[in-house]
Formats: sequence, structure tokens, C-alpha cells
Amino acid sequence: MGVLMVSNLAKAFGGVQAVAGVSFCVAAGEMLAMIGPNGAGKTTCFNMLNGQLAPDAGAIEMQGQSLLGKTPREICRAGVGRTFQITATFASMSVRENVQIALLSHARRLGSLLAAMENKFLKEANELLDQVGLRAQAGRPCAELAYADLKRVELAVALASRPRLLLMDEPSAGMAAAERHAMIQLAAQLARASKIAVLFTEHDMEVVFQYADRVIVLCEGALIAQGTPDEVRADARVRRVYLGELSEPTGDA
Amino acid sequence: MEYTSVLIQFLNGLASASSLFLVAAGLSLIFGVTRVVNFAHGSLYMLGMYMAVWLSERIGFWLAVPMAAAIVGLLGAVVEMVLLRKIYQAPELLQLLATFALLLVIKDAALWVWGAEDLLGPRAPGFAGTVQIADGALPQYDLLLIALGPLVLVVLHFMLAKTRWGILIRAATQDREMAGALGVNQRWLFTGVFALGALLAGLGGALQIPREPANLSIDLSVISDAFVVVVVGGLGSIPGAFLAALLIAQAKTFCIALGYSKATLVVEFMVMAAVLVIRPWGLLGRVPANLRGPAAVPLPFHPPSPRMLRIFAVLSGALVLLPLASDAYALVLLTDILIFALFATSLHFILGPAGLYSFGHAAYFGLGAYAAGIFSLQGKFPMELALALAPLAAGLAALVFGWFCVRLSGVYSAMLTLAFAQIAWSAAFQWDALTGGSNGIVGVWPAPWLASKTAYYYLTLLLCAGAIIFLWRAIFSPFGYALRAARDAPLRAEASGIAVRSMQWAAFTIAGLTAGIAGALYAFSKGSISPEAMGVQRSVDGLVMVMLGGLQTLSGPLWGAALFTWLQDAAARNIDYWRAATGAVILALVLLWPNGLGSFLQSKK
Ligand SMILES: Nc1ncnc2c1ncn2[C@@H]1O[C@H](COP(=O)(O)OP(=O)(O)OP(=O)(O)O)[C@@H](O)[C@H]1O
Ligand SMILES: [Mg+2]
Repeated sequence: MGVLMVSNLAKAFGGVQAVAGVSFCVAAGEMLAMIGPNGAGKTTCFNMLNGQLAPDAGAIEMQGQSLLGKTPREICRAGVGRTFQITATFASMSVRENVQIALLSHARRLGSLLAAMENKFLKEANELLDQVGLRAQAGRPCAELAYADLKRVELAVALASRPRLLLMDEPSAGMAAAERHAMIQLAAQLARASKIAVLFTEHDMEVVFQYADRVIVLCEGALIAQGTPDEVRADARVRRVYLGELSEPTGDA
Repeated sequence: MEYTSVLIQFLNGLASASSLFLVAAGLSLIFGVTRVVNFAHGSLYMLGMYMAVWLSERIGFWLAVPMAAAIVGLLGAVVEMVLLRKIYQAPELLQLLATFALLLVIKDAALWVWGAEDLLGPRAPGFAGTVQIADGALPQYDLLLIALGPLVLVVLHFMLAKTRWGILIRAATQDREMAGALGVNQRWLFTGVFALGALLAGLGGALQIPREPANLSIDLSVISDAFVVVVVGGLGSIPGAFLAALLIAQAKTFCIALGYSKATLVVEFMVMAAVLVIRPWGLLGRVPANLRGPAAVPLPFHPPSPRMLRIFAVLSGALVLLPLASDAYALVLLTDILIFALFATSLHFILGPAGLYSFGHAAYFGLGAYAAGIFSLQGKFPMELALALAPLAAGLAALVFGWFCVRLSGVYSAMLTLAFAQIAWSAAFQWDALTGGSNGIVGVWPAPWLASKTAYYYLTLLLCAGAIIFLWRAIFSPFGYALRAARDAPLRAEASGIAVRSMQWAAFTIAGLTAGIAGALYAFSKGSISPEAMGVQRSVDGLVMVMLGGLQTLSGPLWGAALFTWLQDAAARNIDYWRAATGAVILALVLLWPNGLGSFLQSKK
């Protein structure tokens, strides 16, 4: 039984059908890759899953409970964590404070006005930073960090809400190949160890085929294929509309 | 009311809507193209009025109206070239502050040229009579105005839709970069649009003179009305402004007609509230792209360093010992400085960590002051109780107004805070029975044990220091960090379960409450309160204090408040046009350091 079940999800912006009737599910501990060319509707899907956008149609169920009509905050409480394609961290704070505030939010302890935050959830924050390999940078202001490190801060922040489903929108964008592998490998480890269901988007096919348990392919908003990496790689339609684009030289350019 | 008088009131409302529409349309056009909210737009309207009265004595009404509008339009072009052009890239808060400063300068200039007395305008020749409608009478001039509103709407619509210039304006409104790439000469486009907006405001003012005398307080009442219209109609939408002007003017007119002229403010507020709850971006407005708060570049705050703590310890010691060595005059000044330090710190709390705008923070200061006076005089409460309850009244108002303000962001919420403050000010000004109207409340004295200046100074020191320390601690509490998280990356914060709006709402309320403490202390220290205590001038003072000290430092508001209060005390006794002087100083600072005074301070470190 999947952690997340999505059926017939749809969203249009004016005349653009960004997502057109997409259905899939993710199981606990599974790495599901969502791939598709630019503008395929991946981020739009993510935004609907975490409540930032209201779908035009379709159903989203998290462990049997519908997420439709819920705010991002409620969806976070229901166990969905996410990272953003354009990395979003709290730039005026240190790396550790970023994680601390997320931990405090998860524990619903943000109402306190008088106690200093400094020592709250220090141990837990350090553990999370260990997991993503940022312990050494814990005291540095986020504004000073390299882009790849910011992506990892965001992962630690997302994990701080102890999600059962983790949505990662291009977690390795802007990274060098080695970093990219390290990042997705980290996510895969976490997924297996903590039985977190992970849905991620990724443009590097090598990474996708190496780490994903299953792959779904979007094109112009529609789901055109799904299956194991091998099945998807062999799918004629995928080769034509998606992989084809990448490997065939463009004739008239 | 019978049928004809309803009809006449309705037509009356339509006439009022026309000039409101002219102002709001200009404001919207200017914002659409330049992304600057012109706080001095009401001042241009006021200038249009004065200019038209003055000119019509010389060249007659019908020539005076277009002349006045043209002169104001020309002035707009000059303002754009001399001032605005220099600050398009500056942080939004500075842009707003600069146009605010312009408002102060224009007000004092008008005072200097035309004096403090209201100037009565002439009737419009040829339209001086009334038309009979059944058994009621309507001024002919109103009919002219009724026709004018839709006429201007149509003309503007055609200009924007059909002329090359209009198409450029629309292109620039929708996509500035693209318009730039198309080879639009942005400089002249911006100047032209600003001049057009100014001309519309000037025309609105000039046309109003047969109905209302020119006076010096019209600038603020017009700008806050225009803000309400623009927020209700949707910023950037001309037809929206027209609809909203109709709605607001009708609501107000009917209030007056029904004999509840005091309720006009409440009704205006209710109309706006209803629209904002249903359509947060106004009747015909669209969700604006990337609105920023005052702290666009997230600013880190550091807890005071050990050195800073030592400085504060020495300072506190000095403040405790000072009364032994100072005369009564210095003691009163010090008391003022403490009060304004708290006021500025409370404003800094929402501008800095919370990243919200407030151009009307004095409302909460003033409400605290008025509540203290009303509780102790009308309520006959003991002074201590009045002092304790007054901040709660201010906090309650902040709770209500804040609910709306945090629903909007960026310049929208800046406009809304000003409109709310103006509503609070008008209530104090109009509600004679409770507030003493323009005279205010006198005889608000502290309890006998606090009657000496020294005792009152110590009370102020205790309460202000306590409140400031509370606000500072809050910045480094989980709540304060959550506020900063919400400011730095709102979507990230929501996705992590942080209730962004509720946090901001709470921060707004806390700031209002603490400003209320400052206000209540102020009331008992002066013994009297007048509407000035919550005037726009005081809100600006607060902003200047915070900007002087620097938005990104924790203790900045303290130094800013001390410096500003001391300067004001020294200058106010020697300079007649203090308002204009403040405005000129702000303008000079903004032009010299368009990237913020903080950048200047930091470069000196
Ligand atoms: N807020 C919006 N308003 C209008 N159109 C939008 C909006 N967001 C996305 N779109 C459109 O919807 C389509 C899908 O966009 P989306 O961002 O979901 O694609 P994506 O698969 O994430 O692409 P990428 O790989 O570039 O991140 C695109 O055509 C995009 O232009
Ligand atoms: Mg995307």
C-alpha cells in the first residue's frame, strides 16, 4: 500500500494544461523519480502535492487521508516534506538555526517569546546536519554557503519535519556530477533507512537510472510511461519524446 | 428617506467619485510603470486646489482649472526628473520614505505661500445654479463632475489601448525588462507617466474648488482615500479604480445623508474590509508578482556582543544616575527620548525581523495615549490602572488592523497601514465627545507619587527599558526566528509548518501594544493629548528614527530615536518650518545614499 496515491491530477494556467490527469503512487522506502523535459509539469505537480496550488481536478491521498484543500502547513503536519527547485533557505540565519527553527516548528514550539532559541533542539539539529554532511558548517550564515551546500541545508530542513513522504524538486540542480551522485545517494540511503517515500525530479538520466526504484515520465503535462528504470529506458514513446530529444542531433540548428 | 432625496444623494456620490477617481487613476498609472507608490499624490491634488483658487481670481475659473492641472503636471515632471529618477533602484522603503518627505515639503510650502487659513474657491461660472429633480435640488456643477469621471475613464482607456504611447505604457506595466528591450526610452516614458498622473491629481483638485475650500489637511485625507480606492479596486487597474471610487464615494455620501457623518470612516473601513476578505488583490486586481517587504535583502541580527552588553550596562547606569545631575528641562527631554526609543524599537520589530511595512505606526502610539487619557478622565480610573489598560486598547486596534495588513504584502500593506492610521486620526479628530476633537484631551496627570519629573522619569525608564528588552529577547526567541524565517522564505516556512500569517499578525499586535505603552507614558508626561500624537508626521518620525539607526542593527532604533528627538527639540524651537526641514533632510539623505542609510553607516565601520 502506497504512502501517497495520486489520481487524475490536473491543473491548467490559462490556456496551458500544465498537468493533465496524472496518476501514480509512492510506497514507503521507495525512490520514485519523476522525469520529463522542461515545462513538463513536474514542479506544478509538486506544488499541488504540498498544497501551494489547488488542483483543477484529481485526488491526492496520503495514507488514506485526502490532502485536497489543505494548506502547505497542514500538509507538512500530515507528514509531507519538500525542497524547492529554486533553493529556499532562511538566508539571515546560520545553517544550524535553519534546522533548529524547522525542528521547533515540527514540535509546535514557536509560540515561546521569552526563551532564547540558541539551545533548543541542539542535539537533534546536529544529528540532522551530520546526516547531510554539514556539521562542520553548522555555525556559518546561510548567505555565505555554496549552492550545493544550500541544497543540503534545505534537505536537512525538510527532514526536520520528520516526513513520511519527501518531495525533492531537482535536488541536484547546479551541482557537479560527483556532488549530484552524493546528493541522490544520500536521499536513497535516508529513504531506505527511515522508510521515507521519496519523490524526486532530476535531469541527469544517469543518476535517475542508478538510484531510482521506479520512474514516471511526464510530457506536456501527461504521464506517458512508468515502470522500473529498465522498462522506462526501453519504452519507445519515452525514447521518442524525451530521450530522443537528448541523444539525436537536431537537424536544422 | 424618500425617493428623490435618495436619488439626489446618489448623484452627489457620483460627483464625489469623479475627483477621487482622477487621483486614484494617476496613482495607479504611476505605480504600474515606475513601481513607486507616490505618497505625495494627495499633495499634488492639494496643490491643484490652491493653484486653481489663486489663478481663478486672476484669469477666471474656466481657464484656471486646466492651467492649474497643467502646472501640477509640469511640477510632476520636474519631481520625477530631480528625485524619482535617482531612486528607482533603491530599496522600496526608501522610495516610500522619499515620496513621504515630498509630502511634508509640499505641505509646508503651501503653508508658506497661501497661509494656514482655508481658501474659498469661486463658483463655476455657468454652473452656479441648481437643477430641480422632482422636489429636490442638485448643483449643476455636480452634473458636470458626474459626466467627467466616465469621460476621463474612456479617454484613458483609449489612450492606453490605441495610442503608441499608451501601448508603451501597458508594455512597461506588464514587463519592464521587455519594454526596455523593445527600445522604449524608459526615462521619458517614466517622466511622461508621472507628469500625466500628477496632472490628473491636479485636475481632480482644481475641479473640487467650487465644492470644498482649499486647505492644508486635504493632502492626507485624499491620499488615504486614494489608497483605499486603489486597494479596493486593485492596484494598476484603471477600471478597478473607477468602480472602487464609486463604491467608496457612494458609501460615504449615504452615511452623511442618513445623518451619521461620524460613521463615514467606519463605513469606508467596512467596505474595504469586505472587499479585501473576498478579493485580497482588489475588485479587478491581479495577484502581483514578487512583492517584497522592507528588508528585501535578509538582514542577520546578532545577539548583543559582550562588548555591546557592557556598553548597555554603562548606559543604564548613566540613565539611572542622570536625574541627580540634570535640570527639569533635561529630564523632560530624556523622558521623551526614552518614550520614542520604545516607539522606534516597536516599529523596528515589524520592519526588521517581521519584514512588514508600517506607515501608520503612530496610530498605536496615539491610541495608547488617547486610551490613557480617556480611561483616567472619562473613566475616572486611577492613573496606574489607566496606564496598564491603555496599551491593551492599542494592542486591540493593532489586532484588528493587523489582520488585514498581514494579508497583503509589500506596498499594498504599506498603503493599508497608512489608511488605517488616517482612519484612527480622523476618529480622534472628529469624535468630540470622547476625544475633545481638535483640541484634544487636557489634564491627564500622573498619580501624586509620580508627579515629580524625577519620579516620572524613573517610571518611564523602568517601563521603556523593560519593554525594549522584551522586544529584543523576542527577536532571539523561537517566535522571533520563525518571523525571520517567514520573512526570508515564506514558502519554505509554510512548507515547514510555520504559520506565516499568524506569526506576522502576532508580531504586528505586539508592536502595536508596545507602541501603546510608549503612547500612554507620553500622555501622562505631557498632561495632554491632541490628534497630532497619532498624525502621519509621527509615523514618519518613527520611520526616520529607525532608518537613522539602521534597519539591520538591534540597537539602531535607540540611537536613532535619541538623535532625532534631541535634534527635533533643538530645531523645533528655532525653525518655523520644521516639517519641511525634516522632509528636506530625508530627501537629502535618500539622494546621497540611495541604497539605504545603513549602507552609509556600514561603510563607516
Ligand atoms: N504560475 C504559473 N502561471 C502560469 N503558467 C505556469 C505557472 N507555473 C507553471 N506554468 C506553466 O506550466 C507548465 C509546466 O511548468 P512546470 O514548472 O511545472 O514545469 P517543470 O516540469 O517543473 O519544468 P522544469 O524542468 O523547467 O522545472 C509550463 O508551461 C509553465 O510555463
Ligand atoms: Mg520544475
